[in-house]
Amino acid sequence: MDEHKSNTEPAPLEVTRRTVIETGTTALLLTTLPRAAFAAGPVDGNEPPLSPVKVELQVNGRSHSLTLDPRTTLLDALREHLALTGSKKGCDHGQCGACTVLIEGRRINSCLTLAAMHDGQSITTIEGLAWGDDLHPLQAAFVEHDGFQCGYCTSGQICSAVGMLAESQQGMPSYVTSDLTQPAAELTDAEIRERMSGNICRCAAYPNIVAAIKQAAGMPT
Amino acid sequence: MKAFTYQRADSVAHAAAGSVRPGAKIIAGGTNLLDLMKLQIETPSQIIDINRLPLDKIEETPDGGLRIGTLVRNSDLAADPRVRQRYGVLSRALLAGASAQLRNKATTGGNLLQRTRCYYFYDITKPCNKRNPGSGCAALAGFNRIHAILGTSDYCIATHPSDMAVAMRALDAKVETVNPEGNTKIIPIAEFQRLPGKTPEIETSLKPGEIITAVTLPPPPPGVQVYRKVRDRASYAFALVSVAAIVDSTRGRISSARLAFGGLAHRPWRSAQAEQGLANAPANTATFNTAANAVLEGARGFGGNDFKIPLTRRTLHSVLAEMTRA
Repeated sequence: MDEHKSNTEPAPLEVTRRTVIETGTTALLLTTLPRAAFAAGPVDGNEPPLSPVKVELQVNGRSHSLTLDPRTTLLDALREHLALTGSKKGCDHGQCGACTVLIEGRRINSCLTLAAMHDGQSITTIEGLAWGDDLHPLQAAFVEHDGFQCGYCTSGQICSAVGMLAESQQGMPSYVTSDLTQPAAELTDAEIRERMSGNICRCAAYPNIVAAIKQAAGMPT
Repeated sequence: MKAFTYQRADSVAHAAAGSVRPGAKIIAGGTNLLDLMKLQIETPSQIIDINRLPLDKIEETPDGGLRIGTLVRNSDLAADPRVRQRYGVLSRALLAGASAQLRNKATTGGNLLQRTRCYYFYDITKPCNKRNPGSGCAALAGFNRIHAILGTSDYCIATHPSDMAVAMRALDAKVETVNPEGNTKIIPIAEFQRLPGKTPEIETSLKPGEIITAVTLPPPPPGVQVYRKVRDRASYAFALVSVAAIVDSTRGRISSARLAFGGLAHRPWRSAQAEQGLANAPANTATFNTAANAVLEGARGFGGNDFKIPLTRRTLHSVLAEMTRA
């Protein structure tokens, strides 16, 4: 009886925003090149024929072989081809920081680089920061301190903060560092704000973002 | 973006030979080039990626200077202990530019070659002699708050947006290049970037196929180094006015000074007359006034940017007073 029931009435299907996006992306993978060309902008009639590039991307510890339109930015490769939609497209011109990812541990704007330029390199996105269900300390701190309202900039903010704390630990200076000849600057609020200025938050959650970063850095908040 | 083919250069010679082909463009950091390609201001048909070439070292030169490979990232150059100790003005200028993410990607050579942020250069529906030679300049009678007041022409009033180049100009840096025949050349930075004249589309003295391999810094001149940037917000904005200053003074008397300005012209601006006026002069308001007059000789506002004339004067006063305070 139970078996019969399960055949006629489908088990409750959990539909989340993520499954919808992933399904959409799978469909898109079947027609990779035309869709990629579309994503890269309008095509006009007298352009040279497309010669796709083969790229091996190491994303969050997993290797992916992709054949891409050369125009594909790293951000579009992550979102449109690998269904890693955590990295956001805000301005698409390197001005907002929503697309920030880490390449070999260093933060960059993934919208202003071609996927083909990162063949073989190790890429970390927001999806690669947690250990299973254990959030990365910065993710946990953003939750605890309400480091966001709408959340659109958050994955970029968190990836940027991961890169920023590493830069600070390596002794890299910033514009507000008072003495450049000293190896390491103390991470004051002014230092954090200056170092995070490439990440815009239009909800202006900045005070809470600073507090979250301080907590994750082990500083009093 | 327009369609292009992508190629990775396996040697400097390969890159130089490839870049001479029509429609070819070198990509390094790509932070400015891709921005322009998305807007179809740049429309290369071939992209040559030089990121894997071994041009990313900072080395000591025999004369006590530094040789900076063209692929050294802006953040690495700013953080280099030798640059921080000996060329603080360069470190400060780099850190004043862009955001941390962009500095991690942007390269030394690419920074020099970045294009203006003039609104009309960026708006492909508007005339711009730099983007479309002969079409006119919409900035002359347009919104020109960010535009040049020195070295302008009737064809173009755009500024060069780099902070790094301003410090390099004060330091008398030299640009090393190689051409497709393998010949190397050393170009003083003063001759590398050009004023707009009648051909604002020609921005540097690079010939087709000639690519930058390094920038060298001579030994640092004596004195204190400062980079002061005045902008519309505290971080992550282009300069309205900036000054790279290297001033040697003791007890209220200046022995030598170098001043390079950003935000004022189509290239970093220096005034030999201003620097001569500061040499062996007392550090006082009259001396600073004379220097400011010399820097601003021939300055002309276009309406929206008239404020840059007094702003330059005040910025220079403030910087010189701070640097010569006994």
